[in-house]
Amino acid sequence: MRWALADTWTITRRDLIHWTREPGSVLFGLFFTIMIALIFGYLLGGAMNVPGGGDYKQFLMPGMFAMNMLFGIGATMTAIAQDLTKGVTDRFRSMPMSPAAVLLGRSLADMIDSVLLLAVLVGCGLFMGWHSDGSPGDTALAFALLLLVRFAFIWVGIFCGLMASNQAMVTAIQTMEFPIGFLSSAFIPTSTMPSWLGAISEWNPLSSTVTAIRELFGNPGVTSDSWITQHALLMAVVWPVVLLAIFFPLAVRRYRRLSR
Amino acid sequence: MAERFAVVAEGLRKRYGDHYALNGFDLTVKEGTVCGLLGPNGAGKTTAVRILATLLRFDEGRAQVAGLDVTTRYREVKRRIGLVGQHAAVDEILSGRQNLEMFGRLFHLTPKRARVRADELLEHFGLTDAAGRPAKTYSGGMRRRLDIAASMILSPQVLFLDEPTTGLDPRSRSEVWQAVRDMVATGTSVLLTTQYLDEADQLADRISVINHGSVIAEGTPGQLKSRLGGDRIDVVLHSVADLPHAAELAGKVAGTDAEIDTDDRRVSVQVTDRVTALVDMAQALKTAEIDIEDIALRRPTLDEVFLALTEKEAA
Repeated sequence: MRWALADTWTITRRDLIHWTREPGSVLFGLFFTIMIALIFGYLLGGAMNVPGGGDYKQFLMPGMFAMNMLFGIGATMTAIAQDLTKGVTDRFRSMPMSPAAVLLGRSLADMIDSVLLLAVLVGCGLFMGWHSDGSPGDTALAFALLLLVRFAFIWVGIFCGLMASNQAMVTAIQTMEFPIGFLSSAFIPTSTMPSWLGAISEWNPLSSTVTAIRELFGNPGVTSDSWITQHALLMAVVWPVVLLAIFFPLAVRRYRRLSR
Repeated sequence: MAERFAVVAEGLRKRYGDHYALNGFDLTVKEGTVCGLLGPNGAGKTTAVRILATLLRFDEGRAQVAGLDVTTRYREVKRRIGLVGQHAAVDEILSGRQNLEMFGRLFHLTPKRARVRADELLEHFGLTDAAGRPAKTYSGGMRRRLDIAASMILSPQVLFLDEPTTGLDPRSRSEVWQAVRDMVATGTSVLLTTQYLDEADQLADRISVINHGSVIAEGTPGQLKSRLGGDRIDVVLHSVADLPHAAELAGKVAGTDAEIDTDDRRVSVQVTDRVTALVDMAQALKTAEIDIEDIALRRPTLDEVFLALTEKEAA
Protein backbone atom coordinates (compact mmCIF):
# COMPACT_ATOMS: atom_id res chain seq x y z
CA MET A 1 0.00 0.00 0.00
CA ARG A 2 2.82 2.35 0.92
CA TRP A 3 4.46 1.51 -2.39
CA ALA A 4 1.21 2.03 -4.25
CA LEU A 5 1.20 5.66 -3.06
CA ALA A 6 4.92 6.16 -3.62
CA ASP A 7 4.75 4.65 -7.11
CA THR A 8 1.68 6.70 -7.98
CA TRP A 9 3.52 9.84 -6.99
CA THR A 10 6.57 8.82 -9.07
CA ILE A 11 4.35 8.38 -12.13
CA THR A 12 2.61 11.70 -11.42
CA ARG A 13 5.94 13.45 -11.00
CA ARG A 14 6.97 12.22 -14.40
CA ASP A 15 4.26 14.43 -15.90
CA LEU A 16 5.11 17.37 -13.71
CA ILE A 17 8.68 17.09 -15.00
CA HIS A 18 7.29 17.05 -18.55
CA TRP A 19 5.87 20.53 -17.96
CA THR A 20 9.12 21.91 -16.66
CA ARG A 21 11.06 20.39 -19.55
CA GLU A 22 8.61 21.33 -22.26
CA PRO A 23 6.75 24.40 -21.05
CA GLY A 24 6.06 25.24 -24.69
CA SER A 25 3.42 22.54 -25.14
CA VAL A 26 1.73 23.52 -21.88
CA LEU A 27 1.71 27.17 -22.87
CA PHE A 28 0.38 26.35 -26.31
CA GLY A 29 -2.50 24.42 -24.72
CA LEU A 30 -3.28 27.39 -22.49
CA PHE A 31 -2.98 29.80 -25.41
CA PHE A 32 -5.45 27.73 -27.42
CA THR A 33 -7.90 27.66 -24.54
CA ILE A 34 -7.67 31.40 -23.97
CA MET A 35 -8.00 32.07 -27.70
CA ILE A 36 -11.23 30.06 -27.87
CA ALA A 37 -12.58 31.98 -24.88
CA LEU A 38 -11.71 35.30 -26.53
CA ILE A 39 -13.19 34.26 -29.90
CA PHE A 40 -16.46 33.27 -28.30
CA GLY A 41 -16.52 36.17 -25.88
CA TYR A 42 -15.70 38.99 -28.29
CA LEU A 43 -16.31 37.71 -31.84
CA LEU A 44 -19.26 35.35 -31.67
CA GLY A 45 -20.58 36.80 -28.41
CA GLY A 46 -21.93 39.91 -30.09
CA ALA A 47 -24.39 37.84 -32.11
CA MET A 48 -25.56 35.77 -29.18
CA ASN A 49 -28.66 36.49 -27.16
CA VAL A 50 -28.85 35.00 -23.72
CA PRO A 51 -32.44 33.88 -23.04
CA GLY A 52 -33.86 35.81 -20.11
CA GLY A 53 -31.34 38.56 -20.77
CA GLY A 54 -27.82 39.01 -19.47
CA ASP A 55 -24.30 39.39 -20.72
CA TYR A 56 -23.09 36.60 -23.04
CA LYS A 57 -19.68 36.58 -21.36
CA GLN A 58 -21.36 35.76 -18.05
CA PHE A 59 -23.16 32.94 -19.84
CA LEU A 60 -20.07 31.78 -21.70
CA MET A 61 -17.45 31.30 -19.01
CA PRO A 62 -19.13 28.41 -17.14
CA GLY A 63 -19.45 26.72 -20.53
CA MET A 64 -15.76 27.34 -21.26
CA PHE A 65 -14.78 25.85 -17.90
CA ALA A 66 -16.81 22.70 -18.54
CA MET A 67 -15.73 22.39 -22.17
CA ASN A 68 -12.10 22.32 -21.09
CA MET A 69 -12.86 19.56 -18.61
CA LEU A 70 -14.23 17.58 -21.57
CA PHE A 71 -11.27 18.38 -23.81
CA GLY A 72 -8.99 16.85 -21.20
CA ILE A 73 -10.13 13.43 -22.45
CA GLY A 74 -7.92 13.84 -25.50
CA ALA A 75 -4.77 14.55 -23.50
CA THR A 76 -5.37 11.66 -21.12
CA MET A 77 -6.10 9.28 -23.96
CA THR A 78 -3.04 10.33 -25.96
CA ALA A 79 -0.71 9.88 -23.01
CA ILE A 80 -2.07 6.42 -22.19
CA ALA A 81 -2.02 5.26 -25.82
CA GLN A 82 1.54 6.53 -26.37
CA ASP A 83 2.88 4.68 -23.36
CA LEU A 84 1.19 1.54 -24.65
CA THR A 85 2.54 1.72 -28.20
CA LYS A 86 6.03 2.75 -27.12
CA GLY A 87 6.33 -0.17 -24.72
CA VAL A 88 6.60 2.04 -21.63
CA THR A 89 3.52 0.38 -20.15
CA ASP A 90 5.09 -3.03 -20.73
CA ARG A 91 8.22 -1.89 -18.95
CA PHE A 92 6.13 -0.74 -15.97
CA ARG A 93 4.28 -4.04 -15.97
CA SER A 94 7.49 -6.05 -16.00
CA MET A 95 8.71 -4.17 -12.93
CA PRO A 96 8.00 -4.98 -9.27
CA MET A 97 6.03 -1.73 -8.88
CA SER A 98 2.41 -1.36 -7.84
CA PRO A 99 0.23 -2.16 -10.89
CA ALA A 100 -2.41 0.32 -9.73
CA ALA A 101 0.09 3.17 -9.79
CA VAL A 102 0.30 3.35 -13.57
CA LEU A 103 -3.32 4.45 -13.98
CA LEU A 104 -3.66 6.25 -10.66
CA GLY A 105 -0.53 8.29 -11.38
CA ARG A 106 -1.95 9.31 -14.74
CA SER A 107 -5.28 10.38 -13.21
CA LEU A 108 -3.55 12.37 -10.47
CA ALA A 109 -1.27 14.15 -12.94
CA ASP A 110 -4.25 15.06 -15.11
CA MET A 111 -6.17 16.36 -12.10
CA ILE A 112 -3.27 18.65 -11.20
CA ASP A 113 -3.18 19.74 -14.83
CA SER A 114 -6.89 20.55 -14.69
CA VAL A 115 -6.58 22.65 -11.57
CA LEU A 116 -3.86 24.68 -13.27
CA LEU A 117 -5.93 25.04 -16.41
CA LEU A 118 -9.00 26.13 -14.44
CA ALA A 119 -6.97 28.74 -12.58
CA VAL A 120 -5.75 30.23 -15.86
CA LEU A 121 -9.24 30.17 -17.35
CA VAL A 122 -10.70 31.88 -14.31
CA GLY A 123 -8.04 34.56 -14.65
CA CYS A 124 -8.93 34.94 -18.31
CA GLY A 125 -12.64 35.12 -17.44
CA LEU A 126 -12.08 37.78 -14.79
CA PHE A 127 -10.10 39.77 -17.33
CA MET A 128 -13.03 39.55 -19.75
CA GLY A 129 -15.41 40.77 -17.08
CA TRP A 130 -16.84 37.47 -15.89
CA HIS A 131 -17.53 37.13 -12.19
CA SER A 132 -19.29 34.87 -9.78
CA ASP A 133 -22.25 36.35 -7.95
CA GLY A 134 -22.60 33.26 -5.83
CA SER A 135 -21.47 32.95 -2.22
CA PRO A 136 -17.88 31.76 -1.66
CA GLY A 137 -19.32 28.37 -0.67
CA ASP A 138 -21.38 28.08 -3.86
CA THR A 139 -18.44 29.23 -5.96
CA ALA A 140 -16.19 26.62 -4.38
CA LEU A 141 -18.86 23.97 -4.92
CA ALA A 142 -19.06 24.94 -8.59
CA PHE A 143 -15.31 24.37 -9.05
CA ALA A 144 -15.58 21.10 -7.15
CA LEU A 145 -18.29 19.98 -9.60
CA LEU A 146 -16.01 20.88 -12.52
CA LEU A 147 -13.17 18.82 -11.09
CA LEU A 148 -15.56 15.97 -10.37
CA VAL A 149 -16.68 15.79 -13.97
CA ARG A 150 -13.04 16.09 -15.07
CA PHE A 151 -12.16 13.14 -12.86
CA ALA A 152 -14.89 11.10 -14.55
CA PHE A 153 -13.66 12.20 -17.99
CA ILE A 154 -10.11 11.18 -17.06
CA TRP A 155 -11.27 7.60 -16.61
CA VAL A 156 -13.19 7.76 -19.88
CA GLY A 157 -9.92 8.91 -21.45
CA ILE A 158 -7.87 6.18 -19.76
CA PHE A 159 -10.28 3.53 -21.01
CA CYS A 160 -10.32 4.93 -24.54
CA GLY A 161 -6.52 5.20 -24.50
CA LEU A 162 -6.19 1.57 -23.46
CA MET A 163 -8.60 0.52 -26.22
CA ALA A 164 -7.05 2.62 -28.98
CA SER A 165 -4.60 0.49 -30.90
CA ASN A 166 -3.09 3.34 -32.91
CA GLN A 167 -2.81 7.10 -33.19
CA ALA A 168 -5.52 7.25 -35.87
CA MET A 169 -8.05 5.87 -33.42
CA VAL A 170 -6.96 8.35 -30.76
CA THR A 171 -7.44 11.21 -33.22
CA ALA A 172 -10.83 9.85 -34.29
CA ILE A 173 -12.07 9.70 -30.71
CA GLN A 174 -10.59 13.11 -30.00
CA THR A 175 -12.54 14.60 -32.91
CA MET A 176 -15.74 13.46 -31.18
CA GLU A 177 -15.07 15.94 -28.39
CA PHE A 178 -16.29 18.80 -30.57
CA PRO A 179 -19.79 17.55 -31.40
CA ILE A 180 -20.19 16.31 -27.83
CA GLY A 181 -19.06 19.66 -26.48
CA PHE A 182 -21.26 21.72 -28.80
CA LEU A 183 -24.28 19.47 -28.32
CA SER A 184 -24.65 20.88 -24.84
CA SER A 185 -25.62 24.09 -23.15
CA ALA A 186 -21.94 25.12 -22.89
CA PHE A 187 -21.90 27.82 -25.61
CA ILE A 188 -25.39 27.98 -26.99
CA PRO A 189 -28.64 28.23 -25.03
CA THR A 190 -30.56 25.00 -25.68
CA SER A 191 -33.78 26.97 -26.09
CA THR A 192 -32.45 28.28 -29.43
CA MET A 193 -31.98 24.75 -30.81
CA PRO A 194 -34.65 22.63 -32.56
CA SER A 195 -36.59 21.05 -29.72
CA TRP A 196 -35.34 17.48 -30.27
CA LEU A 197 -31.72 18.69 -30.46
CA GLY A 198 -32.28 20.84 -27.41
CA ALA A 199 -33.54 17.80 -25.50
CA ILE A 200 -30.45 15.76 -26.48
CA SER A 201 -28.21 18.67 -25.48
CA GLU A 202 -29.89 19.04 -22.11
CA TRP A 203 -29.34 15.35 -21.38
CA ASN A 204 -25.66 15.66 -22.26
CA PRO A 205 -23.80 15.09 -18.97
CA LEU A 206 -21.75 18.19 -19.72
CA SER A 207 -24.93 20.32 -19.72
CA SER A 208 -25.83 19.28 -16.20
CA THR A 209 -22.47 20.49 -14.94
CA VAL A 210 -22.73 23.71 -16.96
CA THR A 211 -26.25 24.46 -15.75
CA ALA A 212 -25.40 23.62 -12.17
CA ILE A 213 -22.37 25.89 -12.06
CA ARG A 214 -24.27 28.71 -13.82
CA GLU A 215 -26.75 28.55 -10.99
CA LEU A 216 -24.02 28.39 -8.35
CA PHE A 217 -22.09 31.28 -9.92
CA GLY A 218 -25.35 33.20 -10.35
CA ASN A 219 -24.66 33.51 -14.08
CA PRO A 220 -27.55 33.98 -16.51
CA GLY A 221 -29.01 31.66 -19.13
CA VAL A 222 -30.79 28.93 -17.18
CA THR A 223 -34.35 29.15 -18.46
CA SER A 224 -35.46 25.67 -19.50
CA ASP A 225 -38.04 24.10 -17.20
CA SER A 226 -37.32 20.50 -18.23
CA TRP A 227 -36.75 17.97 -15.45
CA ILE A 228 -33.07 17.54 -16.32
CA THR A 229 -32.43 21.27 -16.12
CA GLN A 230 -34.42 21.71 -12.93
CA HIS A 231 -32.33 18.99 -11.29
CA ALA A 232 -29.00 20.14 -12.72
CA LEU A 233 -27.21 20.27 -9.36
CA LEU A 234 -28.19 16.70 -8.55
CA MET A 235 -27.35 15.51 -12.06
CA ALA A 236 -23.98 17.29 -11.98
CA VAL A 237 -23.09 14.80 -9.26
CA VAL A 238 -25.01 11.80 -10.64
CA TRP A 239 -23.60 11.94 -14.20
CA PRO A 240 -19.92 11.89 -13.18
CA VAL A 241 -20.60 9.17 -10.63
CA VAL A 242 -22.37 7.08 -13.29
CA LEU A 243 -19.53 7.67 -15.76
CA LEU A 244 -17.02 6.66 -13.11
CA ALA A 245 -19.06 3.59 -12.17
CA ILE A 246 -18.91 2.53 -15.81
CA PHE A 247 -15.45 3.59 -16.97
CA PHE A 248 -13.32 3.05 -13.87
CA PRO A 249 -14.02 -0.71 -13.74
CA LEU A 250 -13.79 -0.94 -17.55
CA ALA A 251 -10.39 0.75 -17.53
CA VAL A 252 -9.08 -1.44 -14.72
CA ARG A 253 -10.39 -4.56 -16.44
CA ARG A 254 -8.85 -3.52 -19.74
CA TYR A 255 -5.51 -2.87 -18.04
CA ARG A 256 -5.58 -6.29 -16.40
CA ARG A 257 -6.46 -7.84 -19.74
CA LEU A 258 -3.24 -6.61 -21.24
CA SER A 259 -1.85 -9.88 -19.88
CA ARG A 260 -4.23 -12.02 -21.93
CA MET B 1 26.26 -30.24 -8.88
CA ALA B 2 23.28 -30.07 -11.18
CA GLU B 3 23.34 -27.32 -13.78
CA ARG B 4 21.25 -24.30 -12.91
CA PHE B 5 18.89 -22.76 -15.38
CA ALA B 6 17.96 -19.13 -15.79
CA VAL B 7 14.95 -20.01 -17.90
CA VAL B 8 12.98 -23.20 -18.22
CA ALA B 9 9.90 -23.48 -20.41
CA GLU B 10 8.11 -26.77 -20.90
CA GLY B 11 5.27 -27.39 -23.29
CA LEU B 12 4.04 -23.79 -23.29
CA ARG B 13 0.81 -23.19 -25.18
CA LYS B 14 -0.78 -19.83 -25.79
CA ARG B 15 -3.96 -19.69 -27.81
CA TYR B 16 -5.64 -16.71 -29.46
CA GLY B 17 -8.96 -17.90 -30.81
CA ASP B 18 -8.18 -20.80 -33.16
CA HIS B 19 -4.56 -19.85 -33.50
CA TYR B 20 -1.74 -21.08 -31.29
CA ALA B 21 0.88 -18.36 -30.85
CA LEU B 22 2.88 -20.91 -28.89
CA ASN B 23 2.27 -24.59 -29.39
CA GLY B 24 4.37 -26.82 -27.17
CA PHE B 25 7.25 -24.40 -26.72
CA ASP B 26 10.28 -25.82 -24.89
CA LEU B 27 13.36 -23.84 -23.95
CA THR B 28 16.16 -23.92 -21.41
CA VAL B 29 18.74 -21.23 -20.83
CA LYS B 30 21.71 -22.11 -18.65
CA GLU B 31 22.76 -19.57 -16.07
CA GLY B 32 25.34 -17.10 -17.29
CA THR B 33 24.78 -17.84 -20.98
CA VAL B 34 23.12 -16.11 -23.90
CA CYS B 35 20.36 -17.97 -25.69
CA GLY B 36 19.27 -16.71 -29.08
CA LEU B 37 15.68 -17.31 -30.07
CA LEU B 38 15.71 -17.11 -33.83
CA GLY B 39 12.65 -17.04 -36.02
CA PRO B 40 10.66 -15.18 -38.65
CA ASN B 41 7.94 -12.63 -37.90
CA GLY B 42 4.96 -14.22 -36.27
CA ALA B 43 6.85 -17.34 -35.18
CA GLY B 44 6.02 -16.72 -31.50
CA LYS B 45 9.28 -15.13 -30.28
CA THR B 46 7.66 -12.10 -28.71
CA THR B 47 4.86 -14.17 -27.19
CA ALA B 48 7.46 -16.40 -25.53
CA VAL B 49 9.38 -13.43 -24.14
CA ARG B 50 6.22 -11.73 -22.90
CA ILE B 51 5.16 -14.87 -21.07
CA LEU B 52 8.56 -15.35 -19.45
CA ALA B 53 8.72 -11.66 -18.49
CA THR B 54 5.37 -11.99 -16.63
CA LEU B 55 3.50 -9.77 -19.10
CA LEU B 56 1.31 -12.48 -20.55
CA ARG B 57 -0.51 -15.47 -19.14
CA PHE B 58 -0.36 -18.82 -20.92
CA ASP B 59 -2.83 -21.65 -21.31
CA GLU B 60 -0.75 -24.77 -20.76
CA GLY B 61 2.72 -25.80 -19.73
CA ARG B 62 5.25 -24.67 -17.15
CA ALA B 63 7.60 -21.72 -17.04
CA GLN B 64 10.37 -20.91 -14.58
CA VAL B 65 12.59 -17.87 -14.52
CA ALA B 66 15.51 -17.60 -12.06
CA GLY B 67 14.24 -20.83 -10.52
CA LEU B 68 10.81 -19.35 -9.76
CA ASP B 69 7.47 -20.29 -11.25
CA VAL B 70 6.31 -17.45 -13.49
CA THR B 71 2.61 -17.97 -12.75
CA THR B 72 2.62 -18.29 -8.98
CA ARG B 73 5.69 -16.28 -7.98
CA TYR B 74 5.55 -13.52 -10.57
CA ARG B 75 6.20 -10.81 -7.99
CA GLU B 76 9.58 -12.30 -7.12
CA VAL B 77 10.29 -12.96 -10.79
CA LYS B 78 9.77 -9.26 -11.58
CA ARG B 79 12.60 -8.38 -9.16
CA ARG B 80 15.00 -10.68 -10.95
CA ILE B 81 14.38 -9.83 -14.59
CA GLY B 82 14.97 -6.99 -16.99
CA LEU B 83 12.94 -6.53 -20.13
CA VAL B 84 13.99 -4.71 -23.25
CA GLY B 85 11.09 -4.76 -25.67
CA GLN B 86 10.91 -4.06 -29.37
CA HIS B 87 10.57 -0.31 -28.89
CA ALA B 88 12.94 1.73 -26.74
CA ALA B 89 10.60 2.02 -23.76
CA VAL B 90 11.88 5.26 -22.32
CA ASP B 91 10.18 8.58 -21.72
CA GLU B 92 11.26 10.77 -24.61
CA ILE B 93 10.77 14.10 -22.88
CA LEU B 94 12.70 13.21 -19.74
CA SER B 95 16.47 13.31 -19.89
CA GLY B 96 18.47 10.10 -19.76
CA ARG B 97 19.24 10.66 -16.09
CA GLN B 98 15.63 11.52 -15.22
CA ASN B 99 14.48 8.34 -16.96
CA LEU B 100 16.85 6.18 -14.96
CA GLU B 101 15.96 7.95 -11.71
CA MET B 102 12.25 7.48 -12.37
CA PHE B 103 12.65 3.78 -13.13
CA GLY B 104 14.97 3.44 -10.12
CA ARG B 105 12.28 4.92 -7.87
CA LEU B 106 9.76 2.52 -9.37
CA PHE B 107 12.16 -0.33 -8.55
CA HIS B 108 11.84 1.07 -5.00
CA LEU B 109 15.34 2.42 -4.61
CA THR B 110 15.65 5.38 -2.25
CA PRO B 111 15.92 8.77 -4.02
CA LYS B 112 19.63 8.91 -3.22
CA ARG B 113 20.30 5.33 -4.31
CA ALA B 114 18.30 5.92 -7.51
CA ARG B 115 20.50 8.92 -8.31
CA VAL B 116 23.72 7.05 -7.65
CA ARG B 117 22.57 4.05 -9.68
CA ALA B 118 21.52 6.31 -12.55
CA ASP B 119 24.99 7.84 -12.66
CA GLU B 120 26.65 4.41 -12.55
CA LEU B 121 24.57 3.15 -15.44
CA LEU B 122 25.01 6.31 -17.51
CA GLU B 123 28.74 5.91 -17.08
CA HIS B 124 28.66 2.20 -17.85
CA PHE B 125 26.63 2.63 -21.03
CA GLY B 126 28.60 5.64 -22.23
CA LEU B 127 25.75 8.11 -21.84
CA THR B 128 27.23 10.46 -19.24
CA ASP B 129 27.76 13.27 -21.75
CA ALA B 130 24.16 13.04 -22.95
CA ALA B 131 22.68 12.51 -19.47
CA GLY B 132 20.96 15.87 -19.30
CA ARG B 133 19.48 15.85 -22.78
CA PRO B 134 15.93 14.67 -23.48
CA ALA B 135 15.87 11.07 -24.70
CA LYS B 136 14.20 12.08 -27.94
CA THR B 137 17.40 13.81 -29.05
CA TYR B 138 19.33 10.52 -28.72
CA SER B 139 20.37 8.41 -31.69
CA GLY B 140 18.69 5.03 -32.09
CA GLY B 141 21.65 3.24 -30.57
CA MET B 142 21.86 5.63 -27.60
CA ARG B 143 18.16 5.28 -26.93
CA ARG B 144 18.54 1.51 -27.03
CA ARG B 145 21.44 1.70 -24.59
CA LEU B 146 19.39 3.87 -22.25
CA ASP B 147 16.61 1.33 -22.59
CA ILE B 148 18.97 -1.50 -21.66
CA ALA B 149 20.39 0.58 -18.80
CA ALA B 150 16.87 1.02 -17.41
CA SER B 151 16.38 -2.73 -17.43
CA MET B 152 19.69 -3.22 -15.58
CA ILE B 153 18.86 -1.02 -12.58
CA LEU B 154 18.48 -3.95 -10.17
CA SER B 155 21.27 -5.95 -11.89
CA PRO B 156 18.78 -8.65 -12.87
CA GLN B 157 19.72 -12.32 -13.06
CA VAL B 158 17.90 -12.72 -16.34
CA LEU B 159 17.59 -10.20 -19.13
CA PHE B 160 15.08 -10.50 -21.96
CA LEU B 161 15.94 -8.68 -25.17
CA ASP B 162 13.21 -8.73 -27.79
CA GLU B 163 14.74 -7.89 -31.18
CA PRO B 164 17.08 -5.32 -29.66
CA THR B 165 18.63 -4.16 -32.94
CA THR B 166 15.68 -4.21 -35.32
CA GLY B 167 15.62 -0.91 -37.18
CA LEU B 168 19.08 0.19 -36.05
CA ASP B 169 21.92 1.18 -38.37
CA PRO B 170 25.05 -1.04 -38.38
CA ARG B 171 26.99 1.21 -36.01
CA SER B 172 24.18 1.30 -33.47
CA ARG B 173 23.84 -2.46 -33.78
CA SER B 174 27.43 -3.05 -32.80
CA GLU B 175 27.03 -0.60 -29.89
CA VAL B 176 24.10 -2.64 -28.62
CA TRP B 177 25.97 -5.89 -29.14
CA GLN B 178 28.86 -4.59 -27.07
CA ALA B 179 26.45 -3.54 -24.31
CA VAL B 180 24.99 -7.05 -24.26
CA ARG B 181 28.45 -8.66 -24.12
CA ASP B 182 29.37 -6.40 -21.18
CA MET B 183 26.32 -7.52 -19.27
CA VAL B 184 26.95 -11.18 -19.88
CA ALA B 185 30.47 -10.66 -18.56
CA THR B 186 28.94 -9.58 -15.23
CA GLY B 187 27.01 -12.85 -14.99
CA THR B 188 23.59 -11.90 -16.34
CA SER B 189 21.81 -14.60 -18.32
CA VAL B 190 20.24 -13.38 -21.53
CA LEU B 191 17.39 -14.56 -23.70
CA LEU B 192 17.56 -12.68 -26.98
CA THR B 193 15.10 -12.87 -29.84
CA THR B 194 16.20 -11.92 -33.30
CA GLN B 195 15.38 -12.29 -36.96
CA TYR B 196 19.03 -12.00 -37.88
CA LEU B 197 21.22 -15.06 -38.09
CA ASP B 198 24.39 -12.99 -37.73
CA GLU B 199 23.10 -11.38 -34.53
CA ALA B 200 22.44 -14.76 -32.96
CA ASP B 201 25.83 -15.88 -34.26
CA GLN B 202 27.57 -12.86 -32.70
CA LEU B 203 25.99 -13.02 -29.28
CA ALA B 204 24.48 -16.39 -28.50
CA ASP B 205 26.08 -19.42 -26.88
CA ARG B 206 23.13 -21.49 -28.01
CA ILE B 207 20.39 -20.85 -30.54
CA SER B 208 16.84 -22.15 -30.61
CA VAL B 209 15.04 -21.80 -33.92
CA ILE B 210 11.33 -21.19 -33.52
CA ASN B 211 8.61 -21.51 -36.12
CA HIS B 212 4.82 -21.74 -35.75
CA GLY B 213 5.06 -21.50 -31.97
CA SER B 214 7.51 -24.28 -31.24
CA VAL B 215 11.26 -24.84 -31.30
CA ILE B 216 12.26 -26.79 -34.40
CA ALA B 217 16.03 -26.85 -33.93
CA GLU B 218 18.45 -26.14 -31.13
CA GLY B 219 22.20 -26.05 -30.70
CA THR B 220 25.35 -23.94 -30.76
CA PRO B 221 25.63 -21.60 -33.75
CA GLY B 222 28.27 -23.91 -35.26
CA GLN B 223 26.17 -27.03 -34.82
CA LEU B 224 23.14 -25.40 -36.36
CA LYS B 225 25.03 -24.12 -39.36
CA SER B 226 26.48 -27.48 -40.23
CA ARG B 227 23.09 -29.09 -39.66
CA LEU B 228 21.60 -26.57 -42.01
CA GLY B 229 23.94 -27.66 -44.76
CA GLY B 230 26.72 -25.16 -44.31
CA ASP B 231 27.96 -22.89 -47.05
CA ARG B 232 27.13 -22.55 -50.70
CA ILE B 233 29.13 -21.73 -53.78
CA ASP B 234 27.48 -19.52 -56.41
CA VAL B 235 28.91 -19.41 -59.92
CA VAL B 236 27.67 -16.84 -62.43
CA LEU B 237 28.43 -17.72 -66.06
CA HIS B 238 28.90 -15.66 -69.22
CA SER B 239 26.73 -17.83 -71.35
CA VAL B 240 23.44 -19.57 -70.59
CA ALA B 241 24.48 -22.44 -72.85
CA ASP B 242 27.19 -23.47 -70.38
CA LEU B 243 24.76 -23.81 -67.45
CA PRO B 244 24.06 -27.59 -67.69
CA HIS B 245 27.74 -28.45 -68.05
CA ALA B 246 28.72 -26.18 -65.17
CA ALA B 247 25.99 -27.64 -62.98
CA GLU B 248 27.24 -31.14 -63.72
CA LEU B 249 30.79 -30.19 -62.75
CA ALA B 250 29.63 -28.38 -59.63
CA GLY B 251 27.58 -31.39 -58.59
CA LYS B 252 30.61 -33.62 -59.00
CA VAL B 253 32.84 -31.37 -56.91
CA ALA B 254 30.30 -30.89 -54.12
CA GLY B 255 28.85 -34.37 -54.17
CA THR B 256 25.30 -33.00 -54.21
CA ASP B 257 22.96 -31.75 -56.92
CA ALA B 258 23.49 -28.16 -58.03
CA GLU B 259 20.63 -25.75 -58.64
CA ILE B 260 20.39 -23.74 -61.86
CA ASP B 261 18.96 -20.24 -62.09
CA THR B 262 18.63 -19.47 -65.82
CA ASP B 263 17.57 -15.83 -65.40
CA ASP B 264 20.69 -14.96 -63.44
CA ARG B 265 22.89 -17.47 -65.35
CA ARG B 266 23.80 -18.92 -61.97
CA VAL B 267 24.69 -22.33 -60.64
CA SER B 268 24.44 -22.77 -56.91
CA VAL B 269 25.58 -25.73 -54.85
CA GLN B 270 25.87 -26.63 -51.19
CA VAL B 271 29.35 -27.52 -49.95
CA THR B 272 30.77 -28.89 -46.73
CA ASP B 273 34.52 -28.34 -46.96
CA ARG B 274 34.35 -24.71 -47.99
CA VAL B 275 37.80 -23.69 -49.16
CA THR B 276 38.75 -26.98 -50.82
CA ALA B 277 35.46 -26.99 -52.64
CA LEU B 278 36.00 -23.45 -53.89
CA VAL B 279 39.48 -24.24 -55.22
CA ASP B 280 38.32 -27.50 -56.83
CA MET B 281 35.35 -25.78 -58.40
CA ALA B 282 37.45 -23.01 -59.94
CA GLN B 283 39.90 -25.62 -61.25
CA ALA B 284 37.19 -27.79 -62.74
CA LEU B 285 35.55 -24.86 -64.52
CA LYS B 286 38.87 -23.67 -65.88
CA THR B 287 39.77 -27.12 -67.18
CA ALA B 288 36.38 -27.35 -68.91
CA GLU B 289 37.03 -23.88 -70.40
CA ILE B 290 33.77 -22.44 -69.13
CA ASP B 291 33.83 -18.63 -68.91
CA ILE B 292 32.71 -17.36 -65.54
CA GLU B 293 31.75 -13.84 -64.44
CA ASP B 294 31.78 -14.43 -60.73
CA ILE B 295 32.38 -17.17 -58.22
CA ALA B 296 31.61 -16.74 -54.54
CA LEU B 297 31.50 -18.67 -51.33
CA ARG B 298 28.67 -17.60 -49.08
CA ARG B 299 26.92 -18.52 -45.86
CA PRO B 300 23.36 -19.73 -46.05
CA THR B 301 20.93 -16.85 -45.78
CA LEU B 302 18.25 -16.91 -43.12
CA ASP B 303 15.70 -17.70 -45.82
CA GLU B 304 17.61 -20.81 -46.76
CA VAL B 305 17.97 -21.78 -43.11
CA PHE B 306 14.25 -21.61 -42.57
CA LEU B 307 13.49 -23.28 -45.83
CA ALA B 308 15.81 -26.12 -44.89
CA LEU B 309 14.38 -26.44 -41.39
CA THR B 310 10.75 -26.14 -42.32
CA GLU B 311 11.21 -28.64 -45.14
CA LYS B 312 12.65 -31.03 -42.61
CA GLU B 313 9.73 -30.27 -40.33
CA ALA B 314 7.22 -31.00 -43.06
CA ALA B 315 8.93 -34.24 -44.12
